[in-house]
Amino acid sequence: MRATIDGNQAAVSVAYRLNEVCCIFPITPSSPMAELADEWSSQGRANVWGTVPTVVEMQSEAGAAGALHGALQGGVLATTFTASQGLLLMIPNMYKIAGELTAAVMHVAARSLAAQGLSIFGDHSDVMAVRQTGFALLSSASVQEAHDLALVAQAATLRTRVPFLHFFDGFRTSHELNSIEPLEDEDLRALVPEELIREHRQRGLSPERPAIRGTAQNPDVYFQARETVNPFYARVPAVIQEVMDALAQRTGRDYRLVEYSGDPDAERVLVVMGSGAQTARETTAFLHARGEKVGVVQIRLYRPFPAQELIAALPPSVRRIAVLDRTKEPGSVGEPLFLDVTAALAESLDPPTVTGGRYGLSSKELTPGMVAAVFEELARERPKRRFTIGIDDDVSRTSLAYDDSLDIEPPETMRAMFFGLGSDGTVGANKNTIKILGEEGLHAQGYFVYDSKKSGSQTVSHLRFGPEPITAPYLVAGASFVGCHHYGLLERKEVLARAARGATLLLNCGYSPEQVWDSFSRELQEALLAKEIELYVIDAGRIAREAGLAGRTNTVLQTCFFAISGVLEREHAIERIKAAIAKTYARRGAEVVERNQRAVDRALAGLRRVSLPDRVTSDREPAPVVPPWAPEFVRTVTATMMAGRGDELPVSALPVDGTFPTGTTAYEKRNISDLVAVWDEELCIQCGNCSFVCPHSVIRSRYYDPSRLEQAPEGFPSAPLNGPGFPDSRYTLQVYVEDCTGCALCVEACPVSAGGDPVRKAINLDAREPRLAGERENIAFFEALPRNDRSRVDFGTVRGTQFLEPLFEFSGACAGCGETPYLKLLSQLFGDRLTIANATGCSSIYGGNLPTTPWTVDADGRGPAWSNSLFEDNAEFGLGLRLAADRHTELARRRLAGLRDQVGVELVDEILSAPQLRESELRDQRLRLAELTRRLDALDGPAVDDLRSVLDHLIRRSVWIVGGDGWAYDIGSAGLDHVLASGRNVNVLVLDTEVYSNTGGQMSKATPLGAVAKFAAAGKLMPTKDLALQAISYANVYVARIAMGADPQQTLDALRQAEAYEGPSLVIAYSHCIAHGYDMRDGLDQQYRATASGHWPLIRYDPVLRAAGRNPFLLDSPRPRLKLADYRRRELRFRALAAAHPEKAERLLEHAQHAAEQRWRGYEEMAANGAARFPADPRTDGR
Amino acid sequence: MIDLTTAYMGLRLRNPLVASASPLSYSVDGVRRLADAGVGAVVLYSLFEEQLREQGVRDAEIIDGPADSFAEALDYFPDVVDEDATPRHYLTLIERAADAVEVPVIASLNGATPEGWTGYARSMQDAGAAAIELNVYYLPGDPAISGRDVEERHLEVLGRVKDAVTVPVAVKLSPYFSSTGELAMRLDDAGADALVLFNRFLQPDIDPEALAVVADIGLSSPRDARLPRTWIALLHGRLRASLAATTGVWDAADIAKYLLAGADVVMSTSALLRHGPEHAHVLLDGLSAWMERHRFHSLDEVRGMLSVPPDTDQAAHERAGYVIALRAANAGSYSLS
Repeated sequence: MRATIDGNQAAVSVAYRLNEVCCIFPITPSSPMAELADEWSSQGRANVWGTVPTVVEMQSEAGAAGALHGALQGGVLATTFTASQGLLLMIPNMYKIAGELTAAVMHVAARSLAAQGLSIFGDHSDVMAVRQTGFALLSSASVQEAHDLALVAQAATLRTRVPFLHFFDGFRTSHELNSIEPLEDEDLRALVPEELIREHRQRGLSPERPAIRGTAQNPDVYFQARETVNPFYARVPAVIQEVMDALAQRTGRDYRLVEYSGDPDAERVLVVMGSGAQTARETTAFLHARGEKVGVVQIRLYRPFPAQELIAALPPSVRRIAVLDRTKEPGSVGEPLFLDVTAALAESLDPPTVTGGRYGLSSKELTPGMVAAVFEELARERPKRRFTIGIDDDVSRTSLAYDDSLDIEPPETMRAMFFGLGSDGTVGANKNTIKILGEEGLHAQGYFVYDSKKSGSQTVSHLRFGPEPITAPYLVAGASFVGCHHYGLLERKEVLARAARGATLLLNCGYSPEQVWDSFSRELQEALLAKEIELYVIDAGRIAREAGLAGRTNTVLQTCFFAISGVLEREHAIERIKAAIAKTYARRGAEVVERNQRAVDRALAGLRRVSLPDRVTSDREPAPVVPPWAPEFVRTVTATMMAGRGDELPVSALPVDGTFPTGTTAYEKRNISDLVAVWDEELCIQCGNCSFVCPHSVIRSRYYDPSRLEQAPEGFPSAPLNGPGFPDSRYTLQVYVEDCTGCALCVEACPVSAGGDPVRKAINLDAREPRLAGERENIAFFEALPRNDRSRVDFGTVRGTQFLEPLFEFSGACAGCGETPYLKLLSQLFGDRLTIANATGCSSIYGGNLPTTPWTVDADGRGPAWSNSLFEDNAEFGLGLRLAADRHTELARRRLAGLRDQVGVELVDEILSAPQLRESELRDQRLRLAELTRRLDALDGPAVDDLRSVLDHLIRRSVWIVGGDGWAYDIGSAGLDHVLASGRNVNVLVLDTEVYSNTGGQMSKATPLGAVAKFAAAGKLMPTKDLALQAISYANVYVARIAMGADPQQTLDALRQAEAYEGPSLVIAYSHCIAHGYDMRDGLDQQYRATASGHWPLIRYDPVLRAAGRNPFLLDSPRPRLKLADYRRRELRFRALAAAHPEKAERLLEHAQHAAEQRWRGYEEMAANGAARFPADPRTDGR
Repeated sequence: MIDLTTAYMGLRLRNPLVASASPLSYSVDGVRRLADAGVGAVVLYSLFEEQLREQGVRDAEIIDGPADSFAEALDYFPDVVDEDATPRHYLTLIERAADAVEVPVIASLNGATPEGWTGYARSMQDAGAAAIELNVYYLPGDPAISGRDVEERHLEVLGRVKDAVTVPVAVKLSPYFSSTGELAMRLDDAGADALVLFNRFLQPDIDPEALAVVADIGLSSPRDARLPRTWIALLHGRLRASLAATTGVWDAADIAKYLLAGADVVMSTSALLRHGPEHAHVLLDGLSAWMERHRFHSLDEVRGMLSVPPDTDQAAHERAGYVIALRAANAGSYSLS
């Protein structure tokens, strides 16, 4: 029975069935393998030997590898799933596992490594970085191969004792849905006989037959011992082929270690590994059919490198070989596969010419046109010896030109594309479509492209189906059907660029067939006519709303696709869609099923064909991607990426070292929400709460002189400033409507209601469209108002801080994000002297994912300097930044002191003794430094040059180490602990969502007892660790636990105190998250409940108070007045357990309630005692 | 020796005091407390299909809304979460409560669709419910619906559920029918094993300060018992089905009055909510004391003593006091117009 699954599922379905222990840690794109294993284990699903595998999440991949090593040494069958940086963290254990000849398989969704930038996408950089560890490397090129070779790897490792790394291309294979023939348990059992498992078990450590493994070896024997393994490696190729042959016997799927296809008399041959091999093979077949003497070698076994098999596979006629590597090894003679092939052939008698090329880094496409270009290059008299394909390298001139219009796909394969929003369910519906068609006996393929934002994100689905297996691992071009599921995408995305001539376009819009043509730009009309597009329109939004599915247009549009495309007979298709709905949504309940089925019934009645005129009638040009006043880099580079044309950028367009300008989100007006915040100046009491909590920095306030209003646009809202000290000033709260996500946190935070209308607040949501033009003018005017003087703003109140300019704006975080308000506040308080070390995770993605980034600059060009090193090392990285700053400050002070007489005694003494705690003091210091700069202009010499180079360090620098709980509690825990113990002046902000948010909600050690999360599908059984108490135990760490929604003033106080404290600070911030499972609009209310129920007590520990002889422990929240259940029952993560395992949920709730009460009592005891209850800071005790 | 045992729709109860559907029966512990306090049976809180359906829609938005939007996180919850739409917590509660206590545990169901009524009723029975109480609760949302349609719906629901299960089925009624008695008899004919009189009709309040509708239904008072008691008195002896009285039971006298009117069992919610489940002891002790005082030995001697006898003549009828009382009441109300 054929199944339609993705590569991750294909691999893990075998791995799970053939193992006893899975040691896991989430990392894209391999996480789904670990998630499925955990889900199956929690459901009690057995492996092929009838036992349920143990799945254990570790604190990092290094931990997973350690646990894997131990499990293997204990004699069980164990595996892990990983990618990229995770694989790098496993390297030390990989050497050990291999060195000890331990049978094991790890499955890797191969991914880029973080270099000049992180990339979650696919290439072979990670697996190439472990080729030397002693693991055998087995490469799958497709979903079917990922399934089959997972078995081959397991069967071969037990036979050879050489551990295997089985890999396939991240995203391209790991996330591609394709039709495969699944392996039955019988197949698995047949290839992995139990006697091999018993032999493996016997090799495990046991006191019954004690042995010592892992000795320290000396110069006398280490070398020889290292050579002992050679015979084991020598056997590997033959054993794998035997296993492959056995598999072929059972399934008919015949694999070779090194597989040649093409002309038996080929003269030009490509050598390639991974999914690109499929494209190369299909293109080769196409070119061969045209008479070209070409062939392709697919490498499946990469380590041990099958040199003999390679030579045997090549036709004797071959004269030229191009080896394609999907990795980059700067400074090498060539990339690894190229070097291996070259070395292997060098030992043959008449070696052909071998060239090496790089392709496909970070999921860059390898298309038939590119493959053809490589063959063409090989045909030249003097082909490039080193090249790249798929990019325009105008710097080093490595790239080959190619023609992407080469279409080699069989005509019977239907190609379709769908442009949608993440929230409309387009991808989900397409996944369903693929499954429906798969079940109808068609071969189907689906690949989905997502954008880099978490809110308002756009998706592009690439679907193929046909009677033959689909072996086209590249994006669809020449689509005969294009669905544009959101009218706004029509001009923003190149919807028609990949449409075939005569294609059908289904457009979801509110326009009637008569009106729609006139709504199009000239460019679009031209494209429609030039491509002879057949256009259909439907108002899917209205139909979905009527069916009770507001915002979810997927079912309506899926029905229309089936109706128009004719891929199935219409009535039959509708029947199948309804059946699929019943299956997909059964677990959501009858109402959801019925509403979706209703949408199916109503869809076709609203579908209209549009007859297009024969000529262009519009003279409207599409709006520019960025405004003309944007900086050049933004206009040329950023805008190209924003338009979805980043692939066209040449090498020269990009920074050489990954350094990008900040503040680019300001140029990207996404208009993602139809409802936006609207200020009511009459009702507003100017408390600042709305802008304080706004996760997207779209609510700004300024006060100004009334005379400014003379130039104001008509209707510009303004009110008298409500505050002492500023008589006659006016106040405006400006909403940046084009950036508003409509999350409504501001509305919830607003404390005032309108008389006569309790629902109406001083800030409300209203339709964006009618306000857009007016608000654009208002914003422009507002931006031109003078920025409020920071030294006159009251930093001590929530209200005051909202006159500070946010230097973190319009991030792509989820609408209503619970993390970003804290970061925005940091940027307001300390932005112009802020350096941030940001752990990988949500905050590094919405904070640093191209094309546009939210950290920005003030009017003087100052703003946060931000960097992301890794996930695991962020505290250490931040400490390094601190050490550098301290060294530079010290140098600056030393040089300045040395120049005291030349510069001026008074000025130098003032600079060196400036306190720099209050904003006014910082302003004074900046004025002094300006004066210093002026005076230095008159001086010269090395000391002066030195001073100039570090002069900015005479302003107190604020170093913040920011990350999520996955970093702070798990992978970065040891580093964080060490950095807190360093006594250095670093500030740590933990954005605690109690779950790994960025990778989709996996359990961390911050996940509460009894919560359901990925990797804790059956509910978390361990309580959360008290990170605050751990830090408090050091005595000289400032510690705070805050929750903006529970007490904004405490949040503000804590961040300021942490920053002011001359030592390490740790602030743990409760951050509501979509992974908690409720409407984010209620995020602040839940924060309040978290605190009021004792789940999240607000505390501060201030060593400064201890030094002054006072109790440093402050319990800031009142005694819990809600039961934990009152907080928990609103969140799906807790409700889910109550629904699935009520008894367990009840028991865990009792434990959690008890733990919360105990913790509270402990805190109360601490808060009630005197200073002597706490240790003094040995650094400052005055002795 | 006072014998408080009684039969209720074929179930043998140790006494006639039944804890009716309330938040007290949200948990096994709550049920256990009620049983320990001595009640004869426990009706669990009502499972509202409509609520489950709405929760399913909301959960679908929460689960599916952010799914398939971002490459690193194609969803945010493990598959187990999806099972929220099934009322497993309710069925488990039945299972565990039935295991935990000796007294019968009766499930209460408020369906919204034909499949919901029958499907959930069957699941309840399978989970171990001793009986099922149908909480055919109407929100007066549709002013156009006819009285006959409302009645037909009751009969239809009863019929479906009776076809689906073998355990006894009770119907909890609203007092607001043109002819409650006739409907009661039709339900009796249709196989109802008990009628529970009456459901308290949700009458939300308005908060004039907050300018909001408040969903506070408040606790019942003994005065509210008059209407059900009157109907029970009229129906006693005319039906095959058992009669359960609910509303306004605060002390033993209230129980006694219901029993005298002809109730087979008497349900209490408000008093148990106000004073705690342990108040059941007080009620039962009070009932025993009252029976002793009046030299009753068993409930059979009490039950229906002051009902309207089905074969009574006019004089006997009047002797029972009801007609006089009703006339007087009617005269009073009509005199207003």
